[in-house]
Amino acid sequence: MDNLDTDQLIPARFMSAPRADGYGRFLMHDLRRDAQGAPHPDFPLNRHEDVCVLVVGRNFGSGSSREAAVYALVDAGIRAVVGPSFGDIFAANAVNNGLLPGRVSEAEAQSLAEILQDDPQPVDIDLSAGWISLAGQRIPFQLDESWRTKLINGWDDIDLTLQHQSAIASFRDAHVKSMPGALPAKQINAP
Amino acid sequence: MSGPRTLLDRLWSAHEIRQREDGTSLLWVDRHLVHEGSHHAFAKLAARGMAVAEPGLTFAVVDHYAPTRRGAGPTDPDIGRMISTLRDNAARHGVKLFDLDDPEQGIVHVIGPEQGLTLPGLLINCGDSHTSTHGAFGALAFGIGATEVAHVLASQTIWQRKPAAMRITVDGVLGPGVSAKDIALNWIAALGTGGAQGAAIEYTGSAVRALSMEGRMTLCNLSIEGGARMGMVAPDQVTFDYIAGRSYAPRGATWDHAQAYWSGLRSDTDAEFAKDVSLPAGDIAPTVTWGTSPDQALPVTATIPDPDTLQAGGSEAAQQALDYMGLRAGAAIAGTPVDQVFIGSCTNGRIEDLRAAAAVLAGRRAKVPGLVSPGSAQVKARAEEEGLDRIFADAGLEWAAAGCSMCVGMNGDTVATGKRCASSTNRNFRGRQGPGARTHLMSPAMVAAAAVTGAITDVRPLLRGRAV
Repeated sequence: MDNLDTDQLIPARFMSAPRADGYGRFLMHDLRRDAQGAPHPDFPLNRHEDVCVLVVGRNFGSGSSREAAVYALVDAGIRAVVGPSFGDIFAANAVNNGLLPGRVSEAEAQSLAEILQDDPQPVDIDLSAGWISLAGQRIPFQLDESWRTKLINGWDDIDLTLQHQSAIASFRDAHVKSMPGALPAKQINAP
Repeated sequence: MSGPRTLLDRLWSAHEIRQREDGTSLLWVDRHLVHEGSHHAFAKLAARGMAVAEPGLTFAVVDHYAPTRRGAGPTDPDIGRMISTLRDNAARHGVKLFDLDDPEQGIVHVIGPEQGLTLPGLLINCGDSHTSTHGAFGALAFGIGATEVAHVLASQTIWQRKPAAMRITVDGVLGPGVSAKDIALNWIAALGTGGAQGAAIEYTGSAVRALSMEGRMTLCNLSIEGGARMGMVAPDQVTFDYIAGRSYAPRGATWDHAQAYWSGLRSDTDAEFAKDVSLPAGDIAPTVTWGTSPDQALPVTATIPDPDTLQAGGSEAAQQALDYMGLRAGAAIAGTPVDQVFIGSCTNGRIEDLRAAAAVLAGRRAKVPGLVSPGSAQVKARAEEEGLDRIFADAGLEWAAAGCSMCVGMNGDTVATGKRCASSTNRNFRGRQGPGARTHLMSPAMVAAAAVTGAITDVRPLLRGRAV
């Protein structure tokens, strides 16, 4: 299914829940159930509880920037989503939470879906080499280099950035002098 | 950097602190806008025992969960908790909060410009995808996720890879009853939701220049629905006139300096764009969505497409969309009965949007119920001064307080299962306005036309003889 937006991944009404309780139960909540709340028996995620990789359609995770969409996937045990393209903010959020957004061609996504058909298969993913392997086939996936490094190292951006503290401080000083309006007027005029 | 430069190049280099070997840039953030959804990010900060690095550049507002029918009974405890958490976080970190009762409260993408916080040349972040709105001023504005919000709170910087520059040129003159919303839905329908994936769009051309700031904001707001990271319009006199005198905007000598600097924020005539698209303004009709994705849009005069005639991938999606929407291929979209209407949101909740809707509604009665939620308390006050609230009330529509309201349904303003809503919002996703809700996106004038006829209707005949 193409254009599976983040409103589908987690409907907005669940987003006031504390993360500590886990967001996995909200994953694709309304797609998986009928209007009365009964699970659709043929929805793939309802038939297979233990999946950790999803093969997805084009423009997966489009729409709202809600990181809760990634929390729902991660808390449901998903480690990787593999598809032709992803919403930009979704993909960045995924990497920030250790979830791999691996890009494959439309044809490769199709062939993965065909291999899987109705049943999950054991899968291997090599993050550094950049391939996914199942049913004897090895399919390469694309991933931004900086994201690959981040997923492998588990780096935290805040720690990384704080190493540049002095460069940031000098940039700030020069920037607020040269960029008109860099400081809000009310703040400047405040006593 | 030598050679011709795009507006994106200029904005980017003015904020780049450093670039890593892998090409990712560390950028300075001039304005960080936060709403109730920031609770995850503040929790991350608290877990590290960190303070907000630049409280003076951080602004908080209650919008996503803001009750719009205030005094209509006790607030849902979950909603109350989301708002009080934002209050606590703002107070703890010394961040200015536009609270519910503040006369300057409103939707984050409405009040940023309204307060003069949004200025040309600035980098603006917010944990909301429609942050692209602020690009209308020639700012570098994009939405981010919660982990990135925490990063900006902690450091006032963000790591980003520079997007590809894309240009959409709209030349000519828009017809009567045709607005920025229609331009946006048209290019998204033409290029698809992935048509601008990852790009920074610069909108240009005589029809864009002729738009007011509010129209430019609508256009930039919807950039994300075509997959773009951001949208922008080079600042001009229209921009400067809008900003002059606003609370947080420069004044005095700084204003003169600012205007001179802002005038240079444009793409060189020979700058190159990775993708260049043209759209003749005269070809654009009032546009509505028929499906569950913003690219599933067509002129109101058209018929609903037949999934069988669409390309392989689009065919299945179109059939699923038609099933969900309860529509039939080959039928005219005009005449589709609606159950209710909604006017508001960061896309179309500004004063000009309300005026456009009121111009259609004046002296007429709505055949279906509807809600009008102004984009901000200031827009509400202004509309009331102009008597627009009376026009809405006399037409039978409910006049409510400001917030994101029925666009996203987080505050309890929702569309019931199976109900069809003509909506001036930005997303017709399944369940966006409530589980099972059916949303048709259109301009505020078109929503008003749907209200008075009870069906999706071409607004143009309803405007004849009326001043708009």
